Amino acid sequence: MQDFEPTIIAFVCNWCTYTAADLAGTSRLTYPKNVRLIRVMCTGMVDPQYVIKAFLEGADGVLISGCHPGDCHYINGNYKARRRIKLLKEILPQFGFEPERLRLTWIGASDGIQFAEIMDELVDQVKALGPNQAKLKMVI
Amino acid sequence: MSITGKIEVQDKDILGALGAFFKRVLETDDINAILVPQHLSMKNMVMPTLVTDPEQLNGVDPLAPAFPMNAAKIVSRLTRKQMGSKIAVVLRPCEIRAFVELVKLKQGQMDEVMLIGMDCLGAFQNKDYLQYVDRHGDKSTERFYQDVLDGKQADIEGATLASACMSCENPVPTNADILIGLFGVEIADYLLVQSQSKRGTNLLNQMHMTEIPEPASRQDAITAIVAQRIACRDEMFVRTRAATDSLEKMTAYLANCVNCYNCRVACPVCYCKECVFVTDVFNHDPSQYLRWANRKGVIKMPTDTLFFHLTRLAHMSTACVGCGQCSNACPNGIPVMELFRTISQSTQRAFEYEAGKSIQQEPPLSVFYEDEFPEVVGINS
Repeated sequence: MQDFEPTIIAFVCNWCTYTAADLAGTSRLTYPKNVRLIRVMCTGMVDPQYVIKAFLEGADGVLISGCHPGDCHYINGNYKARRRIKLLKEILPQFGFEPERLRLTWIGASDGIQFAEIMDELVDQVKALGPNQAKLKMVI
Repeated sequence: MSITGKIEVQDKDILGALGAFFKRVLETDDINAILVPQHLSMKNMVMPTLVTDPEQLNGVDPLAPAFPMNAAKIVSRLTRKQMGSKIAVVLRPCEIRAFVELVKLKQGQMDEVMLIGMDCLGAFQNKDYLQYVDRHGDKSTERFYQDVLDGKQADIEGATLASACMSCENPVPTNADILIGLFGVEIADYLLVQSQSKRGTNLLNQMHMTEIPEPASRQDAITAIVAQRIACRDEMFVRTRAATDSLEKMTAYLANCVNCYNCRVACPVCYCKECVFVTDVFNHDPSQYLRWANRKGVIKMPTDTLFFHLTRLAHMSTACVGCGQCSNACPNGIPVMELFRTISQSTQRAFEYEAGKSIQQEPPLSVFYEDEFPEVVGINS
C-alpha cells in the first residue's frame, strides 16, 4: 500500500478554518495535496448527508473543521456540527467505516501553522488505514 | 390522581364492550369526535375512522392484528393547527410514541387530543393479515387475541406476528391519557381502564367508572411479556449487526431495494415535508450516470440506494419508535425495520434519548450543550 494516495474531503467553515488554510498558503506553508477543501459558511450547515455521500463516492477520509467553541460566527453552528458528527460516528462504523476516517477539528482563523500540521497528520493517519471500502466495491 | 376502573364485558364480547366504552367517551361533553380503528363496511379491513356519531361505532376493532399504517401521521394531520374541537384517539403504544415525536417537531399538538392507549398484542404484516382474515372471517380478531393472551407468540394459526411486534419491548402505552389494559386481566369478564394524566382522570370521573384496584397479576404479566420481547429483540439486533457490518454485507442486505421510498412514506417520524431524495437534487444530469459508470465500469440502477437509507438513518434514527411500518411498506421484503431499529438503538443511546418516551426531552439534533462529546473532536481521539 506504499503508493496509496488517499483522497480527503474537508468541509471547512468560511470564517475560521478556510481563513486558516488561506493563511497557510499566504505564509507559504505546504500541506499534502490529498486534501480537497470545500468551503461552507459554517460547519453547522454540513448535513450528515454530505459526509455519507463523500464516503459512498470513495473519499478515504472526511474532515469537518470550524471555529473553536465560543468563536462561531453564527454563535453556535459548531456545537450543532459536533452533535451531527457524534451521530455519524455511531452510524458509519456499524457498516465497517473506521471511525478514524471521520474527523472534526476546530482550527481558528489565525491557526495557519496548525492547519498545515493537522493536514499532514490526517493524511498520514488515513494512509495507514488504507483505501475506503467503497472505493473498491460496487456501491448500490 | 390516577383512577383505575373496569369496562364490563358481557358474553365475552370484548369488541362490543370496547365499542360501548368509546361510545360513552364520545357522549361526554368534552369529546366531539373519536379516531378509532374500525372494520370497514365494504371490506374486512381495519382502518382508522374519525367518528362523530355514536351510532357509527359498530365496527370498532382496535384489537385486530391489522396495522395498515402508523396512525400518528393521521393524528398529526388532525392537530397540526387548532381544530376548535376535542377529539379522542385510540392508538397503539408505538403510535403514541411516534405522535410524541411529531409533537416535539411541531407537527402536531396535544391540547385538543385525548390519547387512549391500549395494551398492544401486536399485529401481522399487511399481507398476512389479509390471508388471516380470509381464513377466519368475522371471528379473526377474537381468535387472535385469545391466542396471544393464551401465550402463543410467533406462529398464530399459520400467520406470524410482524417482527417489529415480536421485538417490541413497549407493549404497554406510556404518555396516554387513558390506558386500556389487557395483560394480567381476566378479559372474559372485564377490561382494565386507567387514567395516566389529569385530564384522563377528569374524563373518567365524568363517565362514573366503577373503580377497582389494579389486579395483582398485571405487573407480573407485563414483566413476563416484556422479557420475552426483549430477548427476541436482542437476538434480532445480533442477527442484524452480523448481516450488515461491512459495506459488502450492507449492499447485499439492501440489494432488493428499487428506490420506491415507500419506507419513507410509511415512516411516521420521517418528518421532512419534502424529502430531498424526490427533489431535483437527485434528478441527475444524464451524462452524470455515465461518468459514474465510467469510474468502476458498472453502477447499479437506480443509483443512490445506499445513500438514501444511510441518510434516512442519519436523519430519523434518533426518532425511530420501531413500529415496523417501513418493513410493512417494502414491496421487496427487505427487513428495513430490523436495520433501523438496530442502528437506532445505538444512536438513541449515544444521546441518552428514547424516542417517544418523554414529551419534555428535546430531540437530540435540536439541542446542544457547550461541554459534551469531547471524544469526537480532534484528530487523535
